[in-house]
Amino acid sequence: MFIARIRITLRPSILDPQGKAVEHAIATLGVPAVKDVRIGKYIELTVDEPSEERARTATEEVCRRLLANPVMEDYSFELASA
Amino acid sequence: MRFGIVVFPGSNCDHDAYYACKKVLGEDAVFLWHKEESLEGVDAVILPGGFSYGDYLRCGAIARFSPIMREVVRFANDGGTVLGICNGFQILQEAGLLPGVLLRNASLRFVCRYVHLKVENAATRFTNNYTRGQVLSIPVAHGDGNFFTDPATLHHLRENNQIVFRYSDSGGGVRDDLNPNGSLENIAGIVNEHGNVLGMMPHPERATDSVLGHTDGRAVFRSIVHWTLTNIRGEREEKERWATSAQPK
Repeated sequence: MFIARIRITLRPSILDPQGKAVEHAIATLGVPAVKDVRIGKYIELTVDEPSEERARTATEEVCRRLLANPVMEDYSFELASA
Repeated sequence: MRFGIVVFPGSNCDHDAYYACKKVLGEDAVFLWHKEESLEGVDAVILPGGFSYGDYLRCGAIARFSPIMREVVRFANDGGTVLGICNGFQILQEAGLLPGVLLRNASLRFVCRYVHLKVENAATRFTNNYTRGQVLSIPVAHGDGNFFTDPATLHHLRENNQIVFRYSDSGGGVRDDLNPNGSLENIAGIVNEHGNVLGMMPHPERATDSVLGHTDGRAVFRSIVHWTLTNIRGEREEKERWATSAQPK
């Protein structure tokens, strides 16, 4: 059994208006050192497979087919034994 | 002819589409619940606007896995007529029936107003009742309508005449300041390579009855009827039916 911790981010070429809005808010907040805000998603799920390799394959499949849209998003994940 | 309107949990323009098909055009129309596994022999499928599954994960991402979508994909791949409006457009992209993606509006605002649309391709089964270059007044209502795709796909869409509608001014001028959502090249609607699947962000079904102010969207549905009766239901029936449906209602 594994826990997959998945990060989904907008591809670098895609404008992130939400990140931009937060960036403006941070500027107003008065922390000028913070910039280039990009907002993504974090998803955690349990994979009931005996080996890490099989857990990786299963996680890849749900990322590729459902959790991320490859036209606009990239994904990455880590697996930890549960 | 018979329209099938798919109803997902969260669809909210399904009745508008039904009204346009059934009451305005006088054609047969049925609702198809998303858990059904049959299209009940319809001639054209409409994926209506709304917020299927609350727009969870990404707009259209979950609706795409509804049981009925297997049949919709099969129908489309066999050349069947599929129209996706607003959320329906997003679902068609998620299902891989149309290229690209609809990002959050560049303004971050939900845009709800009438826009001018220029008909770029009047030779499709969805636009044969318009003329090329005609400018329509049709409402948009969306938060995620910012059409985006990679340069190679965009080039292909252009070369293959797949761009059907663009946001414009009342004279058909296409400029950045008329773009309500940041879409690449002001794109408001595209067809697939074979021309049997159309996705559009504006709502033609909301502009079909003069009581509601505008009727410029009516010809989208008329075009589908015309094409279907000509190509599917045979020429004789087409002549009879078209003669009566052309009467003002």
